[in-house]
Amino acid sequence: MASTRSIRVENLVKEYTAGKPVLNDISFTVSGKASVAIIGPSGTGKSTLIRCVNKLIPPTAGNVYVSDENITELSGKALRQARRKIGMVFQEFNLVERLSVMENVLSGRLGYVSPWRAWLRKYPQQDIDRAFELLESIGLIDFFRQRADSLSGGQRQRVGIARAIMQEPHVLLADEPTSSLDPKTSVEIMELLVALSEERGIPLIINIHDVELAKRFTSRVIGLSKGGIVYDGSPSALTNEHLKEIYGGEDWLQ
Amino acid sequence: MSSASNHTWNRFTLAQRLARFTVFLGFAVALSASLRTVEVIPEFLYDAPTQVIDLLGRMWPLDLSYYPGGIHDAMVETLHIATLGTLLAIVLAVPVGIMGANNIVRLPLLNWLAKLILVSSRSVNSLVWALLFVAIFGPGPLAGTVCIGFRSVGFVGKLFAEALEEVNPGPVEALTAAGAPWPSVFLKGYWPQVVPAFWAIFLFRWDINVRESAVIGLVGAGGVGMVLDTALNLFYWDRVSVILLSIFTVVVLAELLVTKIRKHII
Repeated sequence: MASTRSIRVENLVKEYTAGKPVLNDISFTVSGKASVAIIGPSGTGKSTLIRCVNKLIPPTAGNVYVSDENITELSGKALRQARRKIGMVFQEFNLVERLSVMENVLSGRLGYVSPWRAWLRKYPQQDIDRAFELLESIGLIDFFRQRADSLSGGQRQRVGIARAIMQEPHVLLADEPTSSLDPKTSVEIMELLVALSEERGIPLIINIHDVELAKRFTSRVIGLSKGGIVYDGSPSALTNEHLKEIYGGEDWLQ
Repeated sequence: MSSASNHTWNRFTLAQRLARFTVFLGFAVALSASLRTVEVIPEFLYDAPTQVIDLLGRMWPLDLSYYPGGIHDAMVETLHIATLGTLLAIVLAVPVGIMGANNIVRLPLLNWLAKLILVSSRSVNSLVWALLFVAIFGPGPLAGTVCIGFRSVGFVGKLFAEALEEVNPGPVEALTAAGAPWPSVFLKGYWPQVVPAFWAIFLFRWDINVRESAVIGLVGAGGVGMVLDTALNLFYWDRVSVILLSIFTVVVLAELLVTKIRKHII
């Protein structure tokens, strides 16, 4: 690998209505195998932040650099090609339910394969080999022919993660990846995400509601409140005082 | 208990009751007005049962020997018109449907244009389309096929556009986030989700078109309708009854076939 993969967010601002910023002056950098949890109350802009990174939602001001390429100033084909460097995992998995597991994993390569070849399902052999390897490593090799809607939630999320890894991303964004799953499966999914990130040197950013899960698996926690960063540090230094500031109130901490 | 018993509850508020009464009154007025416009002539109305019995008498017995020589080929032609017409409608309706889906094409002007095309297709009756294309192509199955195609675009396109608009946006977002170009997003994100709807619409419309193409021959657009027209004009009532019976049989068979196929694909 040539250089360390990284993501740098600089002074990011997002206003849906002028003068009322949802995100206000957000800056942070994540690189290498670091994994960062973003915590904060609902509606505080966590999902918006993640979607501003790959410009699914265009930011109002500020810049996002993925491995030193400025995503924010790109548009059209250049933006599309830059998005291939950003893998994304979703709360509701967002698989194409009626397609097979294999085809869902391969669709992570759609940014590289021409629509014509995708239509004929003529994916390059090396992509198919990698898809099989990935399915083997996440324990879903026996399911590769099955339709995505026949899988359980945890299995679907694994497929979603495999799809993102197929992009060979420079950063992995996960938007509430465990919120639709039971506690045991949530732990397994977090383990898988962190393991893949460390093994491949992909910076990982996870939006998450579950503070305990965040502290257990990630190497850094960013606390968002009212559109700004109010905590940025190690999980072990995150105290109840900080949580009070992030979420407000204190009765729930008892 | 004592305070709760003071509460009263009605299903509708006073305003709602007044509004409902107004609607019912409107219906009653409309019904009486339309009865006056229809101008029923009592003599003709009382005479109707006799006429029906007389007609049935002339239709019986069925001239079944007329089917092989006179009806069969026209019936096959009718099925061809229905099938080719439906295929033509699909080819025309897919692009218009995509243009009309406001989650794919985000230009209201184009959505509106697509809706205009779809509405104009549906607002013209198939017999009128048939007259139009008979004038252009001359009488025969070509006019019938094009007529069925144009008539069906509105139906197929509208339902296809609605199916596209109901697609779960999640997978589409995922493919966009992966940097897929638009044709791939459509092919792998939208299309797999609308496939069942697409085939259901196709089969449903084919079923309708089998019935429609049996009629458009009355104005010269090919198929069994032309045979029916001839028999009606020459007062061959025993042939008319055979034609009607064969149309009925084919329509029932088409319905059964479509139901069977639908069960397999959905």
